[in-house]
Amino acid sequence: MTLLAERPVRTPAPAAPRRRRKPALPYLLITPTLLATAFLLLYPLIRNVIISLQEFGLPQLVRGDAKFVGLANYAHVLADPEFWGVVRRTLWFTAINVVLIMVLSTAVALLLVRLGRWLRLLVMGGLVLTWATPVIAATTVFQWLFQSRLGVVNWALVTLGFEEYRDYTWFADGEATFGILVTLIVWQSIPFAALSLYAAMITVPQELYEAARIDGAGAWRVFSTITFPMLRAMFGLITCLEVIWVVKSFVQIWVISQGGPGRATTTLPVYAFQVAQSLQRYDLGAAISMLMVVLLVLALLAYFRQLYRQEREA
Amino acid sequence: MRIAKNTGALLVFVVSVFPVYWMVLTAFKPTRDIQSTTPTFFPAAITFDHFGTAVAAKGFFSFWRNSLLVAGGAVALALLVALLAAYAVARLQWKGRRAFVLMVFIAQMTPWEALLIPIYVIARDTGMLDTLWMLTLVYFMITLPFTVVTLRGFLAAIPVDLEEAAQVDGCSRGQAFRKVVFPLLAPGLLATSLFGFITAWNEFAFANVLIIKDQDDRTLPVWLSSFNNTFGTDWGATMAASTLFMLPVLLIFLLLQGRVTTGIVGGAVKG
Repeated sequence: MTLLAERPVRTPAPAAPRRRRKPALPYLLITPTLLATAFLLLYPLIRNVIISLQEFGLPQLVRGDAKFVGLANYAHVLADPEFWGVVRRTLWFTAINVVLIMVLSTAVALLLVRLGRWLRLLVMGGLVLTWATPVIAATTVFQWLFQSRLGVVNWALVTLGFEEYRDYTWFADGEATFGILVTLIVWQSIPFAALSLYAAMITVPQELYEAARIDGAGAWRVFSTITFPMLRAMFGLITCLEVIWVVKSFVQIWVISQGGPGRATTTLPVYAFQVAQSLQRYDLGAAISMLMVVLLVLALLAYFRQLYRQEREA
Repeated sequence: MRIAKNTGALLVFVVSVFPVYWMVLTAFKPTRDIQSTTPTFFPAAITFDHFGTAVAAKGFFSFWRNSLLVAGGAVALALLVALLAAYAVARLQWKGRRAFVLMVFIAQMTPWEALLIPIYVIARDTGMLDTLWMLTLVYFMITLPFTVVTLRGFLAAIPVDLEEAAQVDGCSRGQAFRKVVFPLLAPGLLATSLFGFITAWNEFAFANVLIIKDQDDRTLPVWLSSFNNTFGTDWGATMAASTLFMLPVLLIFLLLQGRVTTGIVGGAVKG
């Protein structure tokens, strides 16, 4: 009653409350999601932008009187040759990982299509087990596999005749550590990509393959003229996802090498975190992570384009 | 050709399984076997000593409990919030629906690694640093978009006719949902929540940044990542701890089997 008395203009018709209740329901239902996203996602993101535009070190963290410095942090980062070294390394790391993941996953998916029932279930079971392995468990196991004195990898290499690997310390060498991280990430990423590609491949009509075979097409020709063109959108989609996941992989690198030895395995997310935590330059760290976000947004736009194309084709 | 195929299959199987097999095997091996210069690839003698060492490690149970509380709390919260939103998206017509769905898709792709610094600063400013609450909230937000998307998928798969029939028979919208949709949705809810649980259970980066001073408040992944401090070079105990950490995840995967694969693949492809 008081509401009506105070705002008579807004609810003129007597039927309005009934009609207004229904459309309000969906908005009521999404309110918790919207609030959570605003406070826990949007706000941190905006805060990151703000920090990247301020002078924000340990004193500002404690006292909280950060001053705006415009784009000085970005200028500082972009003028730093070390940053460009990290960017180059990140791109190289991403390229080598994604190429390996896509090539090997495609091979595994093609293999799965051709296997008999029992072997296929066995291989899929193995892939799911790898998929289920928590990142931290995997990093711990890989450190054990490549351990210098008792690690099984060194033992196998020595047994195969590579004497120089006796007691070889993998994690003291930059390139070796880089290689182990690539192996770890590829090993963990193949199950998702391979199983998704396999799921897509079995949707391709069998008649197409039969027709191609009757025409005398070889395996490579069948793949390049039928499988790949039919699943182009799917390949694009998974490649985009893998690019995004590899660029932002942080845990494996941080736990195994903290970006070392030296700077050998420092990629963008690791670099941003190092600058912020170790040097306590939160401003520079925030600027670096914003630059990483820009890089990811480009990959993301490609992903959404693929998603749109996939939806249209489906 | 057939032999090449089968050899390839076995190779893929061995490469995918070996690291996990090696972890479990080491966890059960007696120390002298672990330290022998020629490794054994099949269990000769079995010991539970390493599991004893891992469980007896200082704080093991509180880390276990912390992980459980944080992951469980995050998932329960995400499920509740996401169910409301998923219902609105899957069942109701309203203006702005497409924009909302797009927002959820974008939120799902959030590069959380880039938000470590601001969330650390925010936690510090609000006095939430070193609290499990903050971690729960972050994990809730990490799992929320995925939960909305998958629940929407499960809801959309349940025919609307069932609900309408119930409403014709005199149920209210709420009753129709509770009595008809909810029982059908239960498997989907289980699958979604377990997958969210795994995500939160495995999370390392935020747990590493947000819990600093009070070491008793750490979660299992952070504790395990610093196994050198706890176990030194005792690889048996380290592998036993890893195995114990992986166990719940493995059980969940076994429980869900096919549904996880189709659910995630479907979620990734259809968004």
